[in-house]
Amino acid sequence: MTLFLQQFVNGIALGSVYSLVALGLTLVYGVLKVPNFAHGALYMAGAYVTYVMLTSFGASYMVAMAVSIAVLAVLGGSMEWLVFRRLEGKSPVHAMIAALGMLFFMEGTADVIWGPTFRQVPSPFNDVVTLLGVSITEQRILVIVAAVAVMVGLYLLLKRTLVGMSIEAMAQDREGALLVGIDTRRVALLTFAISGVLAAAAGSLIAPLLLVFPNMGELIILKAFVIVILGGMGSVPGAILGGYLLALAETMAGTYVSFAFSELIAFALLVLVLVVRPTGLFEKGV
Amino acid sequence: MEFPRARGVGVSLLLLTAIVFPLIVDNPYLVSVVVTAYVTAIAVYGLDVMLGYTGQLSLAQGGFFGVGGYTAGILMASYDVSFWIALPVAVAMTSALGYLIGLAALRTRGDYFAIFTLAVGVMIVIIIERWEDVTGGTDGLIGVPAPSGVGPLQFDSLTAQYYLILFFLVVTIYVVWSLMDSLVGRTFVAVRNSEELARAVGIDAGRTHQLAFVLSAALAGLGGVLYAVFLGYIGPAMGGVQMTFMMLVYLMIGGVASLAGPLLGTLLVTGLMQVLQAFAEYQMMALGPILVVVIIFFPHGLAGLAGHAKRLFQRRGG
Amino acid sequence: MLLRVERLAMNFGGLKAVDDVDLDVPDGEITAVIGPNGAGKSTFFNVVSGFCKPSAGRVALDGVDIAGLPPHRIARLGVARTFQTTKLFPEAEVLDNVIVGRRLHTRSNVFDAVLRTKRLRTEAAECRERAKAALAFAGVLHLESEPVGSISQEACKRVAIALALVSEPRLLLLDEPAAGINEEETSGLTALIRKVVESGVAVCLVEHKMRMVMDLSDRIVVLNQGKKIAEGTPAEIRQDPTVIDAYLGGSSHA
Repeated sequence: MTLFLQQFVNGIALGSVYSLVALGLTLVYGVLKVPNFAHGALYMAGAYVTYVMLTSFGASYMVAMAVSIAVLAVLGGSMEWLVFRRLEGKSPVHAMIAALGMLFFMEGTADVIWGPTFRQVPSPFNDVVTLLGVSITEQRILVIVAAVAVMVGLYLLLKRTLVGMSIEAMAQDREGALLVGIDTRRVALLTFAISGVLAAAAGSLIAPLLLVFPNMGELIILKAFVIVILGGMGSVPGAILGGYLLALAETMAGTYVSFAFSELIAFALLVLVLVVRPTGLFEKGV
Repeated sequence: MEFPRARGVGVSLLLLTAIVFPLIVDNPYLVSVVVTAYVTAIAVYGLDVMLGYTGQLSLAQGGFFGVGGYTAGILMASYDVSFWIALPVAVAMTSALGYLIGLAALRTRGDYFAIFTLAVGVMIVIIIERWEDVTGGTDGLIGVPAPSGVGPLQFDSLTAQYYLILFFLVVTIYVVWSLMDSLVGRTFVAVRNSEELARAVGIDAGRTHQLAFVLSAALAGLGGVLYAVFLGYIGPAMGGVQMTFMMLVYLMIGGVASLAGPLLGTLLVTGLMQVLQAFAEYQMMALGPILVVVIIFFPHGLAGLAGHAKRLFQRRGG
Repeated sequence: MLLRVERLAMNFGGLKAVDDVDLDVPDGEITAVIGPNGAGKSTFFNVVSGFCKPSAGRVALDGVDIAGLPPHRIARLGVARTFQTTKLFPEAEVLDNVIVGRRLHTRSNVFDAVLRTKRLRTEAAECRERAKAALAFAGVLHLESEPVGSISQEACKRVAIALALVSEPRLLLLDEPAAGINEEETSGLTALIRKVVESGVAVCLVEHKMRMVMDLSDRIVVLNQGKKIAEGTPAEIRQDPTVIDAYLGGSSHA
């Protein structure tokens, strides 16, 4: 039983990260209607910025995360401003190719600056807490708590602020949004910035638990795509639910079956969904 | 055949240059760079069939390249199968895999198709890396022999292998050209331009996509086989996403939906990378933005700039 | 009876876009389907041409049930159509557009293409000939080398009709052929449509321009909110009070 609970908590922590990444992806997907393959690189960049702040600048963990978030907001926004904006109206293939270009640019840059070696990110939250016979590192608790805080914040942003409502409007009906005077470019820019923030949060939170390396975004972005397709392109609740479910499925499968099996779950789910319902399980809806 | 005169002359000249190349160039390293470019170009033509002519971005191309290479490599290195049997078997297997994957993948279009094929590509590498007994895991497979001789012809030397691979490249270019410059090609392009309208005029869009996908997988497989044989080695990196990305770069720079584009792009970029070898570390860093610039400002690549991309369909026999 | 539609229904969620409609399209005639916006006319076309699977009912082409078949199969059985927002193949020349419309009559496959067989060359030449003939019929042969992006709206519509005709259909579905063109162009198109019927192709058209409908049609079917509310000759329909009511009390002009 303790094993189950233990893994359950691990799964929740992992799910928090998956959800944050999927959220950023789904928001952009909903607004742009194009998959941003470079989103995984944002997550990677977030982790590296935190790493640099902690090791080279000796900043505190919170400060490091804050800086990471700020940098990634700019990085995310500049993706829209520099690239995606200029491909408005062209076929989606153009945007996808551009996204791949940005992905490899960012991975290449990380490779040049830090090399392919796996980096360890020091965190002050190394103590272990025991609850109900389950030992959890403080870092994992932080991941879960922080992720939930971010999600709540995002929810409030989307439902209670003008900016957020514009994002939802644009995701649902771009033309309609234009007609009612929403500045779709600005909204797109902001959405990308927000996706950067979410990716930075995810990357920074998970960094002390995993190792940081240039290609770390690749596998997670694939999983994020599965989550978004499962949960519905542009759907916030779908991304959150999907993220936790996938992480739990993987963790449990990894514990009770095998690690190799857990790696294939995301892919198997993807095949299943696309074969049964090629347009995804849910139609979009933020 | 209905080439316009100038085109025929141009192609003949290029062919002549290619044939004479290893005889006049005294640099074996350069020759092998060109050979690797030829081999990769074959797979890039496959990518073009899917992307340039049918309009779908298949990110599994690297994966199929790897499947072809590994199938042939395993047959030849581990089971002593002759190249001349291993080649068709490997290409057939890759095509069959392409067909099977297409059954699922081609229920989707556009972004979902790209995502799905990306996942397929990643999965192929994971399977390759895990199936250590057969594939040699992350170390890869060494000891892939050169093709066995046929009659008086021996294929041990660099020069012989150059001509063998050039032969397959020419066949590939011919097949792609003859298909695209025909009623069959018109069908592909129609489906690319407007699938709905194509259906309305009686075209089975699903089968068209399937055909394009299997063909593109077959060409990737062929490239993979020749790559493994030429290098004598195959590793998981050759089937990975990075490989797909490189092929995409070659194709976009050379120009989609054009006869020369895939070959031109591959030769040019691999050539440049050789020249700038000192900066090899910065390769990805540089190619990323280059791809972005190309897709924004020169989406038809070099061939497009020269006006060749559109020409394929102008007032000729097909 | 060339096309016989019986008790056709098309539901989208709770919305009955087409509700229990019977409709016959005879050979050699022009049948118009009219009705206020949202009456279900385009949905009706989409079902007949295979772009929608009907929720219920039967669609028989010359006795053969075609309901629910995919669009390309229905096209091969002899139903061609144009689209409300004129669809042509972008990034291509006019002639290339129409050539591919003939493809369903060809049997050339991959092997023919690679081996450059006689069949390929014969069929390719035939497609070209037929395409030119269709363009000439539609009065736009002189535009054959133009990219479709650069020709006028009216020319686009003529090319779309040529594209539909090149496959030698038995039934031509025209979805608002006169939308967005002026009066002179409309009468030109009317003449063309008449020519089409005279050449032996039955036409079923959806159209808002009443004068064109009244001029052209042999029979008119009126839909409102998915249901058929009237059917008859133009003279009969013009005076039918239910029809006038459906158009919000306005008399049918333009």
